[in-house]
Amino acid sequence: MRRVYLDHSATTPVDSEVATLMMTYYTEKYGNPSSVHSFGREAKQALEEARNQVAELIRATPQEIIFTSGGTEADNLAILGTVETLRKKGKHIITSAVEHHAVLETCEYLAKNGFELTVIPVDEEGLLSVEDIRKAIRPDTILMSVMHANNEVGSIQPIAEIGKLAKEHGITFHVDAVQSLGKLPIDVNEMNVDLLTVSGHKIYGPKGVGALYVRKGIRVVPLVHGGGQEKRRRSGTENTPGIIGFGKACQLAGQRMAEDARHETKLRDKLINGILQRIEYVKVNGPSGEKRLPNNVNVSIRFVEGESLLLSLDMLGIAASSGSACTSGSLDPSHVLLAMGLVHEIAHGSLRFSLGRQNTEEEIDYVLDQLPKIVERLRMMSPLYDQVLRIKQAQ
Amino acid sequence: MYSEKVMDHFTNPRNVGEIENPDGVGEVGNAKCGDIMRIYLDVEGDIIKDVKFKTFGCGAAVATSSMVTEMVKGKTLDEAMVISNAAVAEALGGLPPAKMHCSNLAADALHAAIVNYREKQEKKE
Repeated sequence: MRRVYLDHSATTPVDSEVATLMMTYYTEKYGNPSSVHSFGREAKQALEEARNQVAELIRATPQEIIFTSGGTEADNLAILGTVETLRKKGKHIITSAVEHHAVLETCEYLAKNGFELTVIPVDEEGLLSVEDIRKAIRPDTILMSVMHANNEVGSIQPIAEIGKLAKEHGITFHVDAVQSLGKLPIDVNEMNVDLLTVSGHKIYGPKGVGALYVRKGIRVVPLVHGGGQEKRRRSGTENTPGIIGFGKACQLAGQRMAEDARHETKLRDKLINGILQRIEYVKVNGPSGEKRLPNNVNVSIRFVEGESLLLSLDMLGIAASSGSACTSGSLDPSHVLLAMGLVHEIAHGSLRFSLGRQNTEEEIDYVLDQLPKIVERLRMMSPLYDQVLRIKQAQ
Repeated sequence: MYSEKVMDHFTNPRNVGEIENPDGVGEVGNAKCGDIMRIYLDVEGDIIKDVKFKTFGCGAAVATSSMVTEMVKGKTLDEAMVISNAAVAEALGGLPPAKMHCSNLAADALHAAIVNYREKQEKKE
């Protein structure tokens, strides 16, 4: 059966050049980087090369990179690892309503354990107002955590402006850049970012590896204790094949960023416009143009439910995702869509397509050909569509 | 995550649609929670002559609606009243645990339709 993968914000395939390189570090250069012998030294050397590659993509120095098991661990380390020291200065934390759960849940955990949390709302496009953040700052604010780009609706936050604000007030600033890495230019100095989370498997690298950038001078208390790897900030034998693959993926992402963005923006706009032209009662979720990730399409299709859409698409080989309750694993639909002011019923009918390097115009045509038929079938089944049908019949 | 039977009922749902001037209509769920099921009945004597449904919801919601209509066609009202949500799920070869409470309401919709029919009958008498 034909298969079309449009779920790159969930994960990406590993680039074949990356996979080939990684294989060497499983089967030939398998030494432990902490070992003194030649096996250890060659692994250590490759590990440090990967650290350079990650640092380069975000304009940091290699000494400022800590490798982790992924984005979630890096988010946890950034938040839990800094408040430990910062709590002497205050107990107030600021974050946004549309953060990834790895940040939101971590902040909420702290709020239950002696810290105070302010969650900044977003506008109907999923964007934060710098002014709202400024107003939320208190003398005892110690940490702000704001994502660069949103995983569900692709909204790009004004990180440089928020960073400036954080610097003015002496607040430590963490940014989750898992979705923007390799898609948008990142410069931790220009953006005044103190801590930055990145992950391998969203940029054609392997799963199970990520990193936290920690600005020189910022103190991070380890969450994982043991043999003292990563300058005592993250113990455990390094996942060398994963880290080396991640480094290579960062290098490739840097080289391909402009070309990928051009390609994906073209497909994105073709898909959004095509859906709007072919299906009635559709709302595009998230901002348009420059403020939207090049690869994100998110629409709410009225009168139908997201999981039904996903199952129907899947039967035709098309992989997408949804913010409906059924796919979020809870009774509520996506917290991001609700924060943008969508009513439950419209949030349940949301559909996200996230594009990638390998997608083609022809694949978008296939989706545009199939989706209207799926929607029509589900709408004819939906009691919510009755009213519309009656109006149509009366005309 | 769904059984073959669930996917079959989702892909080829039985008895989708409306009955004009139905003898009974039942609706459960709401758009907020993401599932609405509506069942229409055509009753002759004490027998369910025809039954149709319309559902807004996930795969499990559509499949359970379809299955319950298949289970009760030709049955007496009393027989239909004792069919439970659990029995519908079982007839589908089971549902994922997360779906057992939120999307497994088709029998409730059926029962609401029967209650609606009986209330209308009482008013006539």
